[in-house]
Amino acid sequence: MSEPEFKLPTPSARELLWRGFFSENPVFRLALSLCPAVAVTTTAKNGLLMGIAVLAVQVLSSFTVVCVRRWIHDKVRIPVYTIIIATWVTVIDMCCAALVPAVYAEIGLYIKLIVAFAIIISRLELFASQQPLGPSLVDGFAMGLGFAFAMVLIGSLREALGGGTFWGIALLPDRPLLFLLLPAGGFFTIGLLMAAMNWIDLWRGRRLPGSGGGHA
Amino acid sequence: MTTSPQLQIAPGPHLTDGLTIPKIMWWVSASLVPVYLWAIYCFGLRVLGLTLSGIVGAALGEWLVARLRRQQSTLADGSAVLSGLLLVGTLAPGLPLWMPAVGGFVGIVFGKMLFGGLGWNIFNPALVGRAFLMASFPLAMTTTWLAPRPGILLPPDAVTQASPLNVMQLEGVTRGAELLGLGPSYYAKLLVGLRSGSIGEISVLLILFGAALLLAKGIIKLYIPLAVIAGLTSCAFFSGAPLFHLLTGGLWFGAFYMATDYVTAPIMPAGQIVFGIGIGLLTGVIRLWGGYPEGICYAILIMNAVTPALNHWFRPKRPFAEVAPS
Repeated sequence: MSEPEFKLPTPSARELLWRGFFSENPVFRLALSLCPAVAVTTTAKNGLLMGIAVLAVQVLSSFTVVCVRRWIHDKVRIPVYTIIIATWVTVIDMCCAALVPAVYAEIGLYIKLIVAFAIIISRLELFASQQPLGPSLVDGFAMGLGFAFAMVLIGSLREALGGGTFWGIALLPDRPLLFLLLPAGGFFTIGLLMAAMNWIDLWRGRRLPGSGGGHA
Repeated sequence: MTTSPQLQIAPGPHLTDGLTIPKIMWWVSASLVPVYLWAIYCFGLRVLGLTLSGIVGAALGEWLVARLRRQQSTLADGSAVLSGLLLVGTLAPGLPLWMPAVGGFVGIVFGKMLFGGLGWNIFNPALVGRAFLMASFPLAMTTTWLAPRPGILLPPDAVTQASPLNVMQLEGVTRGAELLGLGPSYYAKLLVGLRSGSIGEISVLLILFGAALLLAKGIIKLYIPLAVIAGLTSCAFFSGAPLFHLLTGGLWFGAFYMATDYVTAPIMPAGQIVFGIGIGLLTGVIRLWGGYPEGICYAILIMNAVTPALNHWFRPKRPFAEVAPS
């Protein structure tokens, strides 16, 4: 197998970062990995660790795929990508267990689940398999950072409004809105943040992604 | 109108009976007035405060979303006010005064307006508000039942008392029946409404009075309420105290005022009967074998989710042509 030809234009690093954070944010815009996003974001700390783990797995997997893609046959690329991701998830899982055992005890299960995160394999398939090394790394970094940003944002809101604490420090005497700590509250938080993102887009004078469709 | 009525062509429906949305909403609200006056008489003026709080929260939600979406406000059709009023009917009278406002706001914004407003919502907004309050403030929602003290409008201190269904849940049927003193005089009290409980649910007679008014006006039909009661009855036979289960809890309020919501109930009578029986059975199952003392709120919400399927299964036959079997 030979190195693939780069048919798609390569976006600039700034564009890639913007996509990861805002215009193609994995959680708020692509709506990927919502289940773990809801499950781990009951506190900002858990969200941050999850975000960092995904960031690391994404960058390392993108890097690996760029290095070995010339030998991956098209027909088996998905299993091969999955094995690459699973390898890095195992590494990150062990690192987390060793470095932050307290947080790992709470969200360890979901770190293992990163293998099945749609966002990671979709970046490999859409980007790292057909772009040069530099932009692939930036793309992986931007998407991982966008995911981590979303996790921390959701986690902070749910922890502050649902549990009355921030980063483990008590802000309020009791739990103001217990509802937000429940899974349903997690989906509400994500939905509201998605709406806020759409609102920002409208305010910036852009059309909404889905506007014009559906029944008005 | 410039064309003569004889020449005007318009799409159906051509038969109208003058019952517009605002008329329906205000009639339903009006039929609830005796129920709420009775609650004020039993639990004091704070019920009035809770009611106003719920209505203000619901109306604020309706107004705010319409404003944010730059749509014409639908506040005047009375549906938000009615939702706030119905929400308060499901709440304990000893709640903090701000809580119904939060529930009304959340119920209207998340239960109704985000689905597209009146007519588009899947779930009953008032019950969405109650479910939200239940999930957010479980302690306040389950421990602030007040003992009825008829005639004392401004009680200096609130006397909390477990609701009858709470007693049943905690003590079991034999001891519960003993503690409550089940018997003809107790059942008469339940019928009149001299008991602790949610604001709108305590007096079965006054609910039936309001419901009779709605039936007379043609606003509700009997299919759903009767099916709900039948469903619960069939479950209550397993409880050891069937009459008690039929007279207490939010059964009558839920059956006549919540389950009959036009938007979230099936359209055809056959679907409505299945819907009602489902609510009754689920209520009984939650009461007898579930974790909560009362389950009609969740039973109605669950059956709301089934409504689209019921509408699909029970479709009207075409009046003049048989559809070929597919």
